[in-house]
Amino acid sequence: MSFYDSFIETAPALLVAIPLLIAFMTPIMSKISSNLRKVWNILGIIIVAAVMLVLGFEVLSGGGAVSSVYVFGGREGTLFPLPGGNVARITFYVDGMSAFMGLLMTVVAFGSLIYSLSFMKRYTGLDKYYTLLFLMLAANLGMVFTGDLFNLFVWFEISAVAICALTAYRTERGESFEGAIKYLVYSTIAGLLLLFSIGILYGQYGHLNIVYLSKAIGGHSEMLVMDKLVLGILVTVFALKAGSVPMHMATTDAYSEAPAPITAMMVTASQAGLYALFRSVFTMYGANIQITQATVNTAGWVVVILGIMAMFVGVTMALVQKDIKRLMAYCAISQTGFMLLGVGVGMAVYNTPEFLEFGRIAMSGGIFHIFNDAIYMGLLFMTAGAIIYKTGTRDLNKMGGLGRDMWLTAIFFIIGALAISGIPPMNGFSSKLLMYESVFKFSPVIGAIAMLVSLLTLAIFVKVFYSAFMGPRNKDMKRGEVPTTMLLGMALLGSVILVFSLFPGLVVRTLVDPAVNALTGVEGTTGTSLTLFTGEGSWNAIVLVAAFAVALVVSLLIRSLGHRGTTPKGEGAKPYLFGNPTEIDGKPLTVTGSNLYWGFTKALSRYYRPTEGAHSGLLNEYIFYLIAALVIVMAVMVFL
Amino acid sequence: MMGELPYLAVVALIGIGLYITLFKKNLIKLAMGITLIEAGVNLFLISLAFRAGENMAAPVFTLQLLGDKTYSLPTPHALTLTSIVIGVATTALLLAFIMQVYRKHGITSTEDLRRLKG
Repeated sequence: MSFYDSFIETAPALLVAIPLLIAFMTPIMSKISSNLRKVWNILGIIIVAAVMLVLGFEVLSGGGAVSSVYVFGGREGTLFPLPGGNVARITFYVDGMSAFMGLLMTVVAFGSLIYSLSFMKRYTGLDKYYTLLFLMLAANLGMVFTGDLFNLFVWFEISAVAICALTAYRTERGESFEGAIKYLVYSTIAGLLLLFSIGILYGQYGHLNIVYLSKAIGGHSEMLVMDKLVLGILVTVFALKAGSVPMHMATTDAYSEAPAPITAMMVTASQAGLYALFRSVFTMYGANIQITQATVNTAGWVVVILGIMAMFVGVTMALVQKDIKRLMAYCAISQTGFMLLGVGVGMAVYNTPEFLEFGRIAMSGGIFHIFNDAIYMGLLFMTAGAIIYKTGTRDLNKMGGLGRDMWLTAIFFIIGALAISGIPPMNGFSSKLLMYESVFKFSPVIGAIAMLVSLLTLAIFVKVFYSAFMGPRNKDMKRGEVPTTMLLGMALLGSVILVFSLFPGLVVRTLVDPAVNALTGVEGTTGTSLTLFTGEGSWNAIVLVAAFAVALVVSLLIRSLGHRGTTPKGEGAKPYLFGNPTEIDGKPLTVTGSNLYWGFTKALSRYYRPTEGAHSGLLNEYIFYLIAALVIVMAVMVFL
Repeated sequence: MMGELPYLAVVALIGIGLYITLFKKNLIKLAMGITLIEAGVNLFLISLAFRAGENMAAPVFTLQLLGDKTYSLPTPHALTLTSIVIGVATTALLLAFIMQVYRKHGITSTEDLRRLKG
């Protein structure tokens, strides 16, 4: 066995072990000097990223099949034979989907760490901050690599503990404790439900290994009621981790209260929940699909409905927010809905002729969207962090004129905002295009809702851009940009977005197709190097960019033919506001961000009053929503 | 009947725990409710360990010398131990947060913990 082979075999374990080592050595390094701690952390994340890149390359170039298996406590040959002849060890499997998730987590963690270097400078106790950051990275990676259900529970809880501790990191804010308590209570109850369902599976089959369980679950002549119940619990728990409506309340609170780089990483932690959801449905319940098909398709419908609710409630609640972080948190929820929708459509038509027609394309759209979402949501949370860092306020109504000083941040914000709204040629458009057409074939109404949600997302980010970056300069604010490392962190994620935007076909072929193959076992081609095939047509970003560039050159040429140096005089120099007065009592009239869509929200007040009322902030009510959702999902799984 | 007794206790513990988390507003009581659910789930896991049969591999504890034909699987013991440790960590963190909100803002009830809403 060559060095490379044994490296690939141990890489999954190393990817959990290295972050843990870095995490718990950080306080010691910090005792020596804070510069040593910085070097240690940066070195650490570079090593993690390098190992992940090598492993990811190996797995993804192999087409997505399981390319790396690490058995803890012994190689295959030395296993202790237990009754049934199966291994009772924790096993890490890395296939296309795991490698895909691992890559995006590492990229976002890299950006977050660099961003944190100056963003967190003003706080004390930074050794603990970086310890928890790496602990969270280790837990997230562990969650996507493990092939053992109980181990999955352990990583789930470690991730929750790290997230909560980091959410409450800024102790000067009372709200951060509130967010942390809510998230912790929610994820603890969810974790216990998960443990309970693992107990049921263990009691029935005597095993915890996902591959073994997949054989056992499909091993009867028809599905057992108990297995259906367990799938109901698993879907609810992982949907909660992903932040799906109606279990999203604690997620939005924690997103909005955590420090910005941590929020960026929390998005990937939520996506680990999505991963676990897809993994349990496809790999655990879909292995013997002739028997489990009805259950998997029902689960697909449940996921589609959860996705639609998340999309719609998330985006409408985001529209009325004043707090910039909370607004983006709701947007993150609504984007989670897209991923649930895309993959849910794939699940709902799994193993039917429709799957080959449009289901697989919807799934590649949903899975491509996971990567896109992690990157642009991370970037947007970072720009929000930069704005808060600079202005010291989170209230959109109190901001304004930041574009004059923070023009680089403004550019990053525009990149992120265009990507999240699905404007061509950004990467968000590519993944949403894959979903629009295939979801439209699945159900025209759902396809229309998806497009409406995209439009509303654009409206929201127009509002944020208008409130934060436009307008007169705020005189109290210090001049200049945010520190360089913050810009570097944003630049890393921004450049990933640009690469993904220009070469969607290439990304889908090399990253997404292996992941979809690993989940479904259905080969497919959705892209060549430059062109992305959507089933109905094709999409080439380069052509659009080239056309845009030509149009730009032509319009600049035409502009250069005009007169120079004309300045408006007289009535033409005055601002014009549709005939309304531009000044009230000598002060210029301004429309604050929260009033921008007043007419829209007023017209929908019948929808908004109960929905805002449901987000009451009362923890007991939130737990009630969770239990109610659990009961409904379980009932649907068993009786439909 | 005796064999089902632990499962009845599991249902009772989880039921009481859920009742507390749904209806009690005091934060400490909420933490206690979560601990009760946790105890119920742990009891569920450990009850699963006892199986009928004999001469099975690696029994942790056996009553077979006394003529009892049950044995205990090792894995659920390991699981329960791990889950207890995780439970201690989450409970400690939760109690620390509750202590902090009480110290800084005098909050003891979920009714007052509602600044993040809408």
